[in-house]
Amino acid sequence: MTFIQKVWAIVWKDITSELRTKEILLSMCLFSFLVLIIFNFALDTGLKNLRENISGILWVAFIFSGLMGLGRSFGVERDRGTLHGLLLCPISPWGIYLGKMIGTFIFMVVMEIFTLSIVTVLYNINVIPFLLPLGLIIFLGTLGFATIGTIFSAMSATTKARDVMLSILVFPISVPMIIASVKATGIILWGGAIQEIYSWLKILIAFDLVFLLLAYLTFGFIIEE
Amino acid sequence: MTHNRAFLKIFQFVTFFMMLLALYAIFVYAPVEKSMGIVQKIFYLHVPSAFLAFFAFFITFIASILYLYKRNHRWDMIAFSSAEIGVIFCTIVLITGPIWAKPIWNVWWTWDPRLTTTLILWFIYVVYLMLRRVAGENQRSTFSAVFGIFGFINVPITFLAIRLWRTIHPLVITGKGISISTPMTHTLIIASVAFFLLFLLLLINRIVLEKMRFKVEEIRAFIEDKIHLEHEKQGG
Repeated sequence: MTFIQKVWAIVWKDITSELRTKEILLSMCLFSFLVLIIFNFALDTGLKNLRENISGILWVAFIFSGLMGLGRSFGVERDRGTLHGLLLCPISPWGIYLGKMIGTFIFMVVMEIFTLSIVTVLYNINVIPFLLPLGLIIFLGTLGFATIGTIFSAMSATTKARDVMLSILVFPISVPMIIASVKATGIILWGGAIQEIYSWLKILIAFDLVFLLLAYLTFGFIIEE
Repeated sequence: MTHNRAFLKIFQFVTFFMMLLALYAIFVYAPVEKSMGIVQKIFYLHVPSAFLAFFAFFITFIASILYLYKRNHRWDMIAFSSAEIGVIFCTIVLITGPIWAKPIWNVWWTWDPRLTTTLILWFIYVVYLMLRRVAGENQRSTFSAVFGIFGFINVPITFLAIRLWRTIHPLVITGKGISISTPMTHTLIIASVAFFLLFLLLLINRIVLEKMRFKVEEIRAFIEDKIHLEHEKQGG
């Protein structure tokens, strides 16, 4: 098996087990749906201030439900006692990391597509014309979030107060990614030119690359204990 | 050991003397700033603390890398001690800042890049300290080292993102533009040196304390082993 096949095997394992239980995806989608509804009451998103707020609401929904998925990513392995099995796989730590990260990423993207369609209906926003730039921002933002999230998910899976720990580990580090994603999404939904989001895309790309590199360098240390 | 202790005593004395000198310089030697008045004096505490907070986190970053590389317990101790003291100095920065800002800017807080980055920095290292509490004994050092590296690398990206965020929106308050007279510069230098000595003193003491704790744990484990053996002998 090549490296890519091994990574894909881990991703496929997560997808298969998810398709059987459907516990992560269902709870993620329902949760983001609820976030959208709660924000509607909290901010009174009438047509007046809708556009200004919608990118923020969207990303809060993405990130909060993403956090649920992340918590399960390694948490589920620990609960089922399969963590050691995973670590014993004949694959480098980087491969395990990539497999887990891509799995989380895919779950998040499914949830995000669901959330976007809900937003289209509930908030009367047509996202179809902006699909390409919006997709790019969501891809980069979600990649960054999954990148740091997977590291901290592996860390918090073995600590006390697992879920609380995961969120307070992830949030301070993900600040630049949240700022860049929210701002770029806002510009696009406002109908701004694609050139306006270049500097935000640069920050997102830098964030993704830097933390992927750091994950490559440090993930081995985290799981060897 | 006695040699070290004598050195610490002298060092403590020098720091104490420098702190007194700094207090004298701040409240007697430095003139009262014309437009801002007496509240400007907080500047002499604020700036050295900010500098030391960043310096402390930098030490944590370097020590974390060295720990992962060398796997020596000493580096972990340094990283932890430095982060703890850094959080104290960062807290001082975040408290003295608003006290100064309220009369001068007329607001306690503004989401300016420097302020916001400092707040995020404070959060990262408070989380770092918390991670050390909840992580298991054998993972604590590695986890906190990795988080120490992630946290520090994150700072420049956060700063860039917040600056960009703020330049798109109009800034309510721009530039601080304080012109400093010579006695003020002297005072700032004296205060910085005093705070730096205080930082070193705290760091050394913290590391010594951590070493002692480590030793006590070793001794305790040793004694428990002994007792266990005795019991087995009696039982068998």
